Parts: sequence; structure tokens; C-alpha cells
Amino acid sequence: MEMEDEKRSNFDVDLGNLMAFDSYHTFPSETPLSREELMKQCLLKGTHLVQAIADALFTLPSTQDVDGPLVTLPPPLTKLPRAKHLPKPKPPTKWEAFAKKKGIQKRKKDKIVYDEQSGTWKRRFGYDRANDEDAVPIIEAKPTDDPKDDPFAKRKENKKKRIEKQEKNRLQNLKEAAKFGALPSHVQLAATALPITGTQAAPKKVTKDELGNVAGIAATATASGGKFDKKLAGEKPQQHQGKYRKFLPVVEGSGIGSQEREQTEKILNKIISKNSHDILNVEKAVRMHNVKKEKKRRSEKGKASPTDRKLKTQKKSFKKGSFKKGKANGK
Amino acid sequence: MMDNGTTASRKTKDRGCFCVCVLVAMLEIKTAKTRKGKRELEKRAPKLVESSKKTLILHGTKTSAVLNAVLAQIYQLKKDNAVKFSRKNENVKPFEAGGETSLEFFSLKTDCSIFVYGSHSKKRPDNLVIGRTYDHHIYDLVEIGVENFKPMESFCYDKKLAPKEGSKPFIVFIGEGFEAVQELKHLKEVLLDLLRGEVVENLNLAGVDRAYVCAAVSPNRVFFTHCALRLKKSGTVVPRMKLEEVGPSMDFVVRRHRPPNESLRKEAMKTTREKPKKKEKNVKKDELQGKIGSIYIPDQKLGEMALPNKAKGVKRERREAKRKNLTDENPSKRKKEDS
Repeated sequence: MEMEDEKRSNFDVDLGNLMAFDSYHTFPSETPLSREELMKQCLLKGTHLVQAIADALFTLPSTQDVDGPLVTLPPPLTKLPRAKHLPKPKPPTKWEAFAKKKGIQKRKKDKIVYDEQSGTWKRRFGYDRANDEDAVPIIEAKPTDDPKDDPFAKRKENKKKRIEKQEKNRLQNLKEAAKFGALPSHVQLAATALPITGTQAAPKKVTKDELGNVAGIAATATASGGKFDKKLAGEKPQQHQGKYRKFLPVVEGSGIGSQEREQTEKILNKIISKNSHDILNVEKAVRMHNVKKEKKRRSEKGKASPTDRKLKTQKKSFKKGSFKKGKANGK
Repeated sequence: MMDNGTTASRKTKDRGCFCVCVLVAMLEIKTAKTRKGKRELEKRAPKLVESSKKTLILHGTKTSAVLNAVLAQIYQLKKDNAVKFSRKNENVKPFEAGGETSLEFFSLKTDCSIFVYGSHSKKRPDNLVIGRTYDHHIYDLVEIGVENFKPMESFCYDKKLAPKEGSKPFIVFIGEGFEAVQELKHLKEVLLDLLRGEVVENLNLAGVDRAYVCAAVSPNRVFFTHCALRLKKSGTVVPRMKLEEVGPSMDFVVRRHRPPNESLRKEAMKTTREKPKKKEKNVKKDELQGKIGSIYIPDQKLGEMALPNKAKGVKRERREAKRKNLTDENPSKRKKEDS
């Protein structure tokens, strides 16, 4: 017994890991044991060590549970490396820094607010919210307003701008956090394509279909028009298969036969009508001008003479005028 | 903003020499699209107090039958917290420069920080590389050869004793070699990390059922075996422990090893005193009344409540008697009508 006690005191027991280590035991190297014996010795020694752990473990204060006695283990003694770095503190956002400087403190806001327009209590945010600027159906015009611009469109645009600004600020704060390696775990900052130099906007993303089309067009750039090319798995067939142009019969006839003539005439007409201002018949133009002038002068003369007017009015009142008069008399 | 831009461009135009282009890398905020995805990412984020390390088990282009069995059985031992790859991996060569990129990628994808890599070659038959990662970069490596492998199936024992999956093991190291020899000391640490399972605060004593025994038989050889624990009555609080070999058992022959970089080790060993804050629920603080806690009280089922004394009319016998009388009366009435 005494021997065993002495031995036990030599073991290092790490109860947190349920580990025991005997650093004094040596296996004989000069006279190698047979494997059987060696294993037996290992197991025997192992039993001692396991007993040592159990001695420490079962004497810990325990609480009875449905499944068995529960024991609170001490923290592990052997230090093992972490799998990931320690979480880093998040740097303050621009607003947080500003608020701290100015001494602005966070306040809790009520979830429900009085809506003045409807005279009821409504949620502060979200659908059907209180004091919603966007839900106002009529905007009163001020005398200073420019009648040309639409106040509703302006309101919409303002809102869009506010959202954009907020998004920009958010990105800026996240970038700052990324510098410290303290991005929230569910957020990633992914670099999109570089902007085309001289522009601020990011280039438009090319869709899969568009890329496929381009690939199809590029594939036809061989002598055979891509006919004998090896196709990759999943590659689209070329876009234009077969002929591009269609020649109509030149011999005149009905149906298709007349189409060729029509087509050329159409084109010709278009050209002529477009360039008609170039083809100016001076003689005709002068004559037309003169006629117009004459007509104008004549009409002016006619207006001036009272007899003409009388005749005209009489003519007009032939049908409707008499009817109207009768009606008036009846009344 | 716009005005500034135009004036600036005008100035450059006036000078007419060069145009300055500022390349601003466009950044896009990417967030988890689903709640489930977000939870998964949060699980993987660095934590103040870490949960146990996951193990990745994989093999190279060539393996032997022995090695296949070894990997499969290590996976069985660690089944609750391990990932096993079943395909060949050409690009994984942990000790060679450039051979670790693929491995680090796997570690990132599977969120594993210990890996067991098996390979077999003429120079190093039945080779196992056990390594750890820190921040998904290789931290340290130990290479061992497997000899005298005895699979689980070759041991016969009472199946009732078989250790349950995911139970916390006892780990025993025997021999001065684990302290004297640098390689073995390193191996001991890696084995402890691999085998110890989850670090728990509360342990159920009824659930203690397995032990790993590692013995440094010679300066480069470690005997490893897996045992079931049999708790026997001893008359005291502490039961008498008995080991029953359940396998697998094998010899590890130490080959190459790469200890961690000193600065990296320092970084990885960092711990903090502060404990993760637990969210305080149902507690309010009032200036006048101080701390107020709200407690949930289940619904009082008044309908089922037992009354102290039942009123006469409510009593069952009376009710039943009344009903009886009614049924008795009816036939008599009918009889009268008949006659």
C-alpha cells in the first residue's frame, strides 16, 4: 500500500482534461520485453493512472441528477493553443465617436407613437407607421414653389438620397472595422470589379446569357463559321445559323415576284423624300407663291365688303338659324 | 462634390499634361442571405471561450489497407466531432512548401482545426500526419508511422462495455520519454488535443466509460490503445477501475515533426480573464424600486381546481339519482296513456 501511495503522488493529474501523466516510469531498453509482456505492463500502469484520476474525480463534491451524479471539473491545467484568434473589439462608428465627444447618450424610444394625421397610436417604424411623410396624399403648394417640378417626385428622390447616404456611411464604418479585423461574423466585404477609369460608377455586371451570346459570336470567327469547332460542355450553339441575307426573285410577277420591285421603290422614295429640299423646281415655287399671294389679297378684300358678309351669314342661317329662332320664340 | 470634380477636371485640362486616375476598389457588403446561414457563420466566428476542435480526416493519393482502417477507426472514435473525406487528395503535402494551401482551404471550409492526414509511400509506409491549425493556417505538424495495428474488430469483449459516442475520455501518458524527448513531448500535446474531446465544466460520473493509454516504450515509439472502463465496487466512494481493451491499438513511430513558430505559439496561447457576457433576461432596474425580476407563472386552471367542500347539488350521487328518477317516471307516464 505504501508503495502505491508513493507512486500516486508522483503522477501529474490534470483533472480538467481527465489526463494523468507518469513521467518517472521507464521501460527497460536493454532487455527488450516481448510484445505481450510490454502491453500487459502498459495496461497495468494505465490502470494505476486511471485509478489516480478516478481518485481525484470521484472525491469531488457532486450533485445528484436524474442521470447520475454531476461533478464540476476544475479548468484544464495543460494549456493548448486556440483554434482561432481572440475576438477583437469593434472600433466605434463615426456616429458613436461623435456622440461620445458631444456627450450624447442613447435613449430608448417607444415602439408606439401618436399619429397626428389619423389621430391614433401607430408603430414608429415599418408598415403603416406614424407620421409617415411618404403617405401624405396632398402637398400644399407655396407661392415660392416652382410650378415645373413635381413635389412627389422630389420627395421620392430625397428619400432615395437619404438611403444612399446611410448605405455609404455603413460601408465606411464596416471598412474601418475590417481594418481592425473586427467585422461582424455574418458580414463580408467583397471587392467588386474596378471602376472604369474616369467614372465613379461600378461597371454593369454582365449576365450569364450575355456572356453566352458573346461566346457564340466569337465562336463563328473561323473560316468555317464555327461549323467544325469542338463544342465545350454546356456551350451554347451559335446564334445565327444559316443565311443572313435573302435575295428576292428579280423576275416580275405577282406575290413574291412583285416584292423586289416594291422594296427598291420604297428605298428610292425614302431617299427622294429625304432629299426633296435639294430638288427644288424654282419656276413652280414662284408660281405657287404668286397664287397664294393673290388668294390672300382677295380674301382680305372680301372680308372688307359688307355685302359679302351678309350673303355669307344668310347662307349659314338657312338651316340651323331658323330652327334656333323658332325655339327661342317658343320660350 | 460635383462642382469640385468638374473644376478639378478643368484644371487638368488647362494644364493639358496628364490625367490623374484614382483607383478606388469598389467594396460590396455581403451578408448571409438566410437566417440559417447567419447562424452558421456566427458559430464559426472566433469566440472568447472556444468549443472543442473539429477534426478533419483525409488521405493522399495512395493509402494502404492498414491506413484506411486506421483513418476509419480514428473517425469512429471521434465521430461526434469530425469530418472524413473519402476521396484522394493530390495537392495535400503538409510538410512541403505549397502543399498546405489545399489543406488550409479544407480546414476553412469544414471549420476543422485538427487534421489527420494519411499517406503511404515506399519511403514512409503507413504514414500519418497529425497537425493543428490556428486561424486556418498550419500551426504545427507531427508525422508518425503506424505499426502493429490491431483493429477494433479483433478484440472480443462484452459489448455492454463498449464506450458511447462522444463520451469524455480518460487520457493516460506513461513514460519519461514524453518529457525527455522533444518529439514525444510534442506528440503528447497533439494527441491530448486530438483525443480530449470537449472541455466541459460539469461531468456526469455515470458517463465515464473510456480511456486512452499512450506509453512511450522507446525514445521514438509510442504504444497507443483504446480501453473501456469497468467500474467495480471497492467499498468506498471511489470505484475500482479496470481497463478492458476494446481497440484500436497500434504503435506510433515518430518521423518528422514541425513545432509551432514561437511568435505564433505566443499568439495562439493567449487567453482572457473576462468571461463571455450572458444576456440578462427578465430583469428590470427601477430607480425607486431597485431591481425587479419578472417570473413566469403558468396558467391557473380554475376549471380543474379541487373545491374544498362540494355543494349538495354538485354531488355525483344526487345528480345520478335525479337522472334515474326522471327515466323511471317516463315509462310510467306512457303506461298511463296506453291504458
